[in-house]
Amino acid sequence: MTQIITTSNFKSNARTALDDKNLQKALTHVERGFIGKRRSAMDALPEFDQLRDNARDIKNHTLENLDLYLEAYEEKVTKSGGKVHWAADAEEARNQILKICRDVGAKTVTKGKSMIAEEIGINDFLEENKIEPIETDLGEYIIQLRGETPSHIIAPAVHVLKEQVEEDFRRVHTHLPEARNLEEPESLLDEARKVLREKFLNADVGITGANFLIAETGTSVIVTNEGNGDLTQILPKVHIVLASIEKITPTLEDVSQILRVLARSATGQDMSVYTTFSTGPRREGDPDGPEEYHVILLDNGRSNMIGSEFQDMLRCIRCGSCMNHCPVYHAVGGHAYGWVYPGPMGAVLTPSLMGIKDGGQLPNASTFCGRCEAVCPMRIPLPKMMRSWREREFEKHLNPSLQRWGLKAWAYFAKRPKLYHLAMSFAIPVLSKIGWKKGRIKSLPFAGGWTKYRDLPAPESRTFQQQWAQREALKQEAK
Amino acid sequence: MAHKVALFVTCLVDLFRPTVGFATIKLLEDAGCDVVVPPAQTCCGQPAYNSGDREDTIAIAQQLIKTFEPYDYVVAPSGSCAAMIKKHYPGLFTDDEAWQARAQALSDKTFELVSFLSDVLKVENIDAKLDKNVTYHDSCSGLRELGISAQPRKLLASVEGLSLSEMKDSDVCCGFGGTFCVKYSDISNAIVSKKTDNIANSGADMLLAGDLGCLMNMAGKLKRQGSNIEVRHVAEVLADMTDGPAIAEAKK
Repeated sequence: MTQIITTSNFKSNARTALDDKNLQKALTHVERGFIGKRRSAMDALPEFDQLRDNARDIKNHTLENLDLYLEAYEEKVTKSGGKVHWAADAEEARNQILKICRDVGAKTVTKGKSMIAEEIGINDFLEENKIEPIETDLGEYIIQLRGETPSHIIAPAVHVLKEQVEEDFRRVHTHLPEARNLEEPESLLDEARKVLREKFLNADVGITGANFLIAETGTSVIVTNEGNGDLTQILPKVHIVLASIEKITPTLEDVSQILRVLARSATGQDMSVYTTFSTGPRREGDPDGPEEYHVILLDNGRSNMIGSEFQDMLRCIRCGSCMNHCPVYHAVGGHAYGWVYPGPMGAVLTPSLMGIKDGGQLPNASTFCGRCEAVCPMRIPLPKMMRSWREREFEKHLNPSLQRWGLKAWAYFAKRPKLYHLAMSFAIPVLSKIGWKKGRIKSLPFAGGWTKYRDLPAPESRTFQQQWAQREALKQEAK
Repeated sequence: MAHKVALFVTCLVDLFRPTVGFATIKLLEDAGCDVVVPPAQTCCGQPAYNSGDREDTIAIAQQLIKTFEPYDYVVAPSGSCAAMIKKHYPGLFTDDEAWQARAQALSDKTFELVSFLSDVLKVENIDAKLDKNVTYHDSCSGLRELGISAQPRKLLASVEGLSLSEMKDSDVCCGFGGTFCVKYSDISNAIVSKKTDNIANSGADMLLAGDLGCLMNMAGKLKRQGSNIEVRHVAEVLADMTDGPAIAEAKK
């Protein structure tokens, strides 16, 4: 399952996704599940919008002083006996992880859910180096069995139907009795638990992501619902926290503020089932915990976003609310986006990390309906930033030349009202005549994008401006 | 003294559905406004703006500002075009104080039609009649950028004989999105198909909305599916101008 990036094929990916019946069925769960639950959570907390403002302000302050907080964080981690590794890019992060694993002779690595792990493609890399990575989050485990990547940042296997999971479990868990009943979701969960329990106990290294890194205390925080993250970071000898630099949050108090909007926006829960804080390795007298505690701090293009029109994107806390409410995501799912981050947040972040040349399709594939911004707990102006990407693309002449020419021709007229009205006073009555019989046009040269799926309503007759000018002239005459 | 209101008719209404322009004028005049139609108007510039073409957007915006700044108010029968002027024009001129001030001044006095009637002119009742069961689609820009949701429903409720059946997800995008619908026609089709299902399931025999782009998209899809649900701009109903053919319907 080598990481294949297909972001520039978004259109054909989308076509494939639209034709995939299982996927389409699975996607209805996104629409039905997340939206209503978030709504109920909002309704139960009248001060939610105030909390969003607080959360936004906390992150803005942090980003303005990121260097300061990163240094303070490193100092605290070191003081608590851990070690911070600075990784400028994915390759550096992979090598740092490999070295830590090799130093303890690791054969297996358990993993909690981490999008940064996907971003640096750590699983493939570990496998290539004869170390077995084991996903312990149920969704991640399922897609690992299927040789897939996550299609959603908080529900990685949301594109998979229950029946498909049953098939995968029967295919892989051949040591279990064939006649077992796997019809209920609970039985699938039980089975995954049993299989994973063994792996937890045998793992040499545990890798988790982090929802927050607290500068005040040097603590990493993970938010999960299954408890797998806790077992991943407590049981093995070595715990590696893999996180990107913008996860830094100044204080415990700040984190508890942002936590109030995170789970509500994500799953509609007041809090996730587990919110776990870990600070350094096991201390003397601690009943459990790792002997080594490492933090890989990944930049991978983020520091370039600081000070740019995309800085606000670094406020993102990965709740998934934007994609849960996105009509485009609902139509095509996450894999069509071609890399790690789908939906509106992916449409802004992906070009920031991989460049607009390869990521340019994503910010274009939006109707600008604004629902993402309306639900974002961090008030990130996602449509505005997608538009900024379109501007960069336009400046660099990266969009198709036919589109540019069409736009330029239209703008030429739009900037010259007299010429515009003259041209339209000829064109519109003709178009109206073409559709005269039915009031609509079934197909028209150069309008295939429209008429492939819908009729084009025909113009009523002459333009409004023509008719208005005539009326005004008649009025003048009457005077 | 009567408000001097300039009608920004919008390019789509100008070209495809002049009836909406005339309905808008009637509604404004009935509410006591003195309506002017400046001839030097074309488009608000959204196609350029949303395609990343800043230079042309700014040129078009400057032209529109010049044309419309002499009036007390500017009203458009579209949430999307009104929001372009109201919410996006000032941001085009962050490097140019003089133009930014002019853009802001225009922004302050620009309104979408239904919210102007309801929020500014405080119109409570509409003198119109329609024996139909209608459903109302909330166009995205109007809803999320201008907060238009209660106003059209309130005014529709005062139309004699009219009943409103809400569709499921009336606040979800119809898949139009300007150039999106032709650039990503497959995805747009998937989105509008969900919308037309919801429209059909509402049981209404007429679909209304406040933006012609969305209406043309939904009407075009409904007609392609063979539906006989009538599609009209909300202004046509409020102005009692529903005698002519509906959008994408043949002349009787």
